[in-house]
Amino acid sequence: MNNVLQIAWLIPVLPLIGFIINGAGRNILSKGIAGFIGSSVVLASFLLSIYVFIQVANGNTHVAHYFNFINIETLKIAFDFKIDQLSSLFLLIITGVGFLIHVYSTSYMHNEPAKDFAKYFAYLNLFVFSMLLLVMGANYVIMFIGWEGVGLCSYLLIGYWFKNNDYTDAAKKAFVMNRIGDLGFLLAVFWLISKVGTVSFDEIFAAESLQKLSTTDITGITLLLFVGATGKSAQIPLYTWLPDAMAGPTPVSALIHAATMVTAGIYMIARSNILYTMAPVTQAVVAITGIATAVLAATIALKQNDIKKVLAYSTVSQLGYMFVGLGVGAYTGAVFHVMTHAFFKALLFLGAGSVIHAMGGEQDMRNMGGLKKHMNITHLTFLLGCLAIAGMPPFSGFFSKDEILAAAFSNSPVLWGIGVITAMMTAFYMFRLYGMTFLGKFRGTHEQEHHLHESPVAITIPLIILAILAVFGGLVGIPEVFMHGGHKLEAFLEPVFAQSNAITVKHSLSHSTEYMLMAVSVTGALIALIYAWNKYSKYQKTMAEPTGFAKILANKWYVDELYNGMIISPLKSLSVFFNNIIEKKVIDGMVNGTGKAVNYGSRQLRWLQSGQVGAYILLIVIGILILFIIQLFL
Amino acid sequence: MDIKAYIILSLTLFTIGIIGVLIRRNAIIIFMCIELMLNAVNLLLVAFSKMHAASAVAKASPDFVGDAQIFVFFIMVVAAAEVSVGLAIIVMLYRNTHSVDVNFLNRLKN
Repeated sequence: MNNVLQIAWLIPVLPLIGFIINGAGRNILSKGIAGFIGSSVVLASFLLSIYVFIQVANGNTHVAHYFNFINIETLKIAFDFKIDQLSSLFLLIITGVGFLIHVYSTSYMHNEPAKDFAKYFAYLNLFVFSMLLLVMGANYVIMFIGWEGVGLCSYLLIGYWFKNNDYTDAAKKAFVMNRIGDLGFLLAVFWLISKVGTVSFDEIFAAESLQKLSTTDITGITLLLFVGATGKSAQIPLYTWLPDAMAGPTPVSALIHAATMVTAGIYMIARSNILYTMAPVTQAVVAITGIATAVLAATIALKQNDIKKVLAYSTVSQLGYMFVGLGVGAYTGAVFHVMTHAFFKALLFLGAGSVIHAMGGEQDMRNMGGLKKHMNITHLTFLLGCLAIAGMPPFSGFFSKDEILAAAFSNSPVLWGIGVITAMMTAFYMFRLYGMTFLGKFRGTHEQEHHLHESPVAITIPLIILAILAVFGGLVGIPEVFMHGGHKLEAFLEPVFAQSNAITVKHSLSHSTEYMLMAVSVTGALIALIYAWNKYSKYQKTMAEPTGFAKILANKWYVDELYNGMIISPLKSLSVFFNNIIEKKVIDGMVNGTGKAVNYGSRQLRWLQSGQVGAYILLIVIGILILFIIQLFL
Repeated sequence: MDIKAYIILSLTLFTIGIIGVLIRRNAIIIFMCIELMLNAVNLLLVAFSKMHAASAVAKASPDFVGDAQIFVFFIMVVAAAEVSVGLAIIVMLYRNTHSVDVNFLNRLKN
């Protein structure tokens, strides 16, 4: 049992070592070594995570204490790791999927110069380190260190090809929007400190501490934490950075913006589940924001032509589903969807990368088509991923999405209805993507057609592994209606959510209702799937601009333009005002004016030095007189 | 006699001395005015010494010595020393500029 405490610190530290070696040695390491170091440290962390997971599954949860980070009389923040069911599950996801993506990157990025190649792996390792810190932290402050770290690495990696101004703008946008969310997170932490006096999870979630918080306190704290989650996990109103973040390399999009960083918000809320259960107002806000984001992003994805943008909006939409799950109290369902989403979304992104690689960098789907013949493994794994995300049984997406929808139904049928419509749209746009890319006739140039080939082993093996996970990953969460005791994941995560479950009133749906809900959503998705398959396998290329409602969707509901007009332009005019008027006239005026005044004064005072001795003596006498008069009055 | 008369006389002499220092151009006359100021102060000190000796405070304590006028001798000694130095400077000034006009000494101008 002590072994876990002894090795738990290695899990994040190994990627950190990889970062230091690759970062410091980027000018001297060859590409092979850099890739090997970068991938092997993550593999080592993965193996250690398996060991930890097995220990936790046997019932040993720990809080590993390392040192006192902040130690003053009124506030003690220790550098602790909390190793329990939730964190060990996330450890597996992060290191496992992370390792596959590292291996994929060694082949995908092989055209980069050696220095940039090592830099890439250094940043990727730093990201894994920060994410591991986030999920293993035993208090909000350690979690926040990781939270900030992943935001930083997201900025570094999106702007990886830094010579392109558009890419660096996208990176800055991501970082700034993340920061806005972080303000909410920090305010919540300060509020907690002022009311409860501690930031440690175990101490806050204990019954005595919870009693110190009034309803207003809990609602405020949870809302502010949720603001942090909207920034990190791309919900309304802070989601616009994620589609722009597709400027980074595709493996980065797969790791950061599909599988891990964007799930940080959900992890945080799942960790604080008792606070959210005690604040129904916030739960309603979370659910409504989640479903609104899901629908909005799905509508936008219907009309995007860039393969990565479709996947980006799909990510935003699926994250919305996860927040719906959190908002209705289905914490296990949300975490389950995090897991399955990590599998199939990473698979989809990596598959898209394989396609882009074969197309020589082309990302516009209107120029693709008929790739089925040329890329067997990519095609097959991508199809499995599409089926999973569309929620077709028995793939993983079906089980997790259905659990969330069932919980939504017992909370509010309207929520469920909108969720089903979104699921249908999901199936539609995913198979639109599949049809335009893999079916039909090839619509690109001749030289692109000659270049088409299946990707090398380092790319296809991760695709295969992820496809297997996407297909079979749902079997850990078989709902009660199919198999009694089949929901292994719920049983595993039971201790984490026990406090919440104790105080919520469980609405159980009857078996027949659940079967009907499943049937409705699956049928709807199936209809959308078949319709899209038919329509887009016969897709005729048209570069025409869409008109009418389609134009609004293709332009992302003009949200970016709205933000530009409402927030950015006023800020810019304000700063122009400050620069021209206050900086140049007032402050510079004061500084220059002081100089001028001193100059003038000194010129006047110079006349005193006439050289005439008589004048000097006169001044002495005047001075004595003045002193004499003054002392008369004091 | 009333002490006020002595004070007024001393003040008058002192003011005449100051005005003389400020106004006159001849360096030797300026020295004479300085001497005048010193002597005015001497007069004041002697007068106060006599006043203090004749006042009630003095009659109250048995071993009172009314000799503050001794201080005047110190001032006279200092005046003599200072005059010797000053006249030496005036002689040097005359050797260099062939006049004793203080308005010539404006080399420190600006």
